[in-house]
Amino acid sequence: MEYFLTEEQKMIKELAARIADEKISPIALQYDEEGKFPHDIVKILADSDLCGVYIPEEYGGLGGGILEMALVVEELSRACGGISLAFAGTGLGTFPIILFGNEEQKQKYLPDIASGKKLAAFGLTEANAGSDAAGIQTTAVLDGDEYVLNGTKQWITNGGEADVYTVIACTNRAKGARGFSAFIVEKGTPGFSFGKKENKMGIRASCTRELVFDNCRIPKQNLLAREGMGFIVAMKTLDRTRPGVAAQALGIAQGAFDAALKYSRQRVQFGQAISSFQAVQHMLADMAIQIEASRALVYQTCRHIDSGAKDISKESAMAKVMASDTAMKVTTDAVQILGGYGYMKEYPVEKMMRDAKITQIYEGTNQIQRNVIALELIKEVSGKK
Amino acid sequence: MNIIVCVKQVPATNEVKMNKETNTIIREGVEAVINPFDAYAIEEALRIKDKTGGKVTVMSMGIPSVAALLKETIALGVDEAVLLSDRAFAGSDTLATSYALSMGIRKINSYDLVICGKQAIDGDTAQVGPSLAEKLGIPHTTYVRKIEEISEGFIRCQRLTDDGYEVVEMPLPAVITVVKEINEPRLPSIKGMMRAKKAVVSIWSADDIGADKNLCGLKGSPTQVVKTFVPLHEVQSEMIEGKPEEQASKLVEKLVSMQFMTCK
Repeated sequence: MEYFLTEEQKMIKELAARIADEKISPIALQYDEEGKFPHDIVKILADSDLCGVYIPEEYGGLGGGILEMALVVEELSRACGGISLAFAGTGLGTFPIILFGNEEQKQKYLPDIASGKKLAAFGLTEANAGSDAAGIQTTAVLDGDEYVLNGTKQWITNGGEADVYTVIACTNRAKGARGFSAFIVEKGTPGFSFGKKENKMGIRASCTRELVFDNCRIPKQNLLAREGMGFIVAMKTLDRTRPGVAAQALGIAQGAFDAALKYSRQRVQFGQAISSFQAVQHMLADMAIQIEASRALVYQTCRHIDSGAKDISKESAMAKVMASDTAMKVTTDAVQILGGYGYMKEYPVEKMMRDAKITQIYEGTNQIQRNVIALELIKEVSGKK
Repeated sequence: MNIIVCVKQVPATNEVKMNKETNTIIREGVEAVINPFDAYAIEEALRIKDKTGGKVTVMSMGIPSVAALLKETIALGVDEAVLLSDRAFAGSDTLATSYALSMGIRKINSYDLVICGKQAIDGDTAQVGPSLAEKLGIPHTTYVRKIEEISEGFIRCQRLTDDGYEVVEMPLPAVITVVKEINEPRLPSIKGMMRAKKAVVSIWSADDIGADKNLCGLKGSPTQVVKTFVPLHEVQSEMIEGKPEEQASKLVEKLVSMQFMTCK
């Protein structure tokens, strides 16, 4: 399929694919089992210049956008949907700075993230604030030249491994969601520690931890945008990074499909390769259709966002839902095609099925995404836009 | 430190096919790659450059299309690529090849170290590196598995042997050939790939490097290939029957009779 990528985008995709095939595939199962964070792969990504594909050139990046980020995530996820998160989670933590950081903040943080020297993470979710993000309890109180943070963030991707955290906290309880603000917090700041490390079903090579703020004092210069902008910072960021989750799902689905297709041509039953049976052929055909349709929507959504479009919530949500539901379906079918072997850890597809599930849940459950899509559709016809 | 790495284009397969009439390798229809051992040579040169600064130049002798492969090395961080390409070079054996390379290197003039892969996977001769050193009149060490120290005018390296390794010290400039144990080659970078796209590979003819054409190509190649063939690997085996104890004693008897071991 011709995806109309530029020369540079093709280079990025090809290089990410090489890293996936040569460096990630051989270790994916081991890192999954051990829950090992892929520092070595991050180093390879850094040396390849891929860490900064979505960061503007003036801050040391390659100057690409969401599509470039998605291409890398997709290719890496083909080999491991957990390892790719070291990169994708950093994107999520970095976009608030790209979108809302002032010049000083961008100069301070983006070059090290672009070079791969530092990883980033995004802290929004709390124990009682998941889909209902407006329920966050973490507070930030201005005290002289410093904000004092208190509270606990939960299930933070790259937690403990990242150096730079963008954190949403409440600065004015009375204003509800309009009382939230976004802050940059550096690892090592006194009062900032890491809590429970989660033991997960999938994406086990990704580190998911609590961020604990106990009278953590940060300079007031670390406020992103203005006080009260926190919810907007979070929502605008997520609108741009959801295609990243979609790309992760797409990569996982592609990896599972490739494994199923290969296996179906090798596995002989009733005297012939199982790929010669129509029951299997139709499954493979359906998997391929869903993957290509998802890819078309994901790439197109990325281009829509990179064009500078203002309204992107609906498209971004659609791409995420489509690709993640596809990943769940395709990986489940891949396990089915591999049969008993598919259920065993000797083959890669059971892991892909475990990895796929989270893409329907995080960065907004697919149910919440459908809410967003429907709301936007209704707004459009009722002329509220 | 200025380093020159000599590389060769080889067919991307271990199953090299021969033209039985001409006794030469069939290269048509086979993807061409840089000789895998040369990739370690490039990586080692880049690592030295990363530490000491300087310049890495890659040089090859071959048909014009080799330039595309040399461009790929620029994506890894190589500064300059030179291809010696001329009809006069056609049909070179290892002697003529090392002569041509030595003339190319003399043209570059300023260098501290020349690195080659230990051998090419197609010809497997392992002759060009040492022969090149002789032509240049400088010392060489083959099968280097580690560079312990390298500084202005001095190198100490570990040379792989059947029983272990030797530590060899040489003055620079010198030639080393490297084995795969020495490093793990890097992947290209995006910025490198972009630089490679724009890079121009210098193509030097026999005249450009002042080569004596009588020492180049077929004319300069005393090697005559009389016959090439794929050796047959026949393994004769014998099954030893009986209970484990009986099998063991029969095996010992056999080993003693074949003088592989002695019984006291």
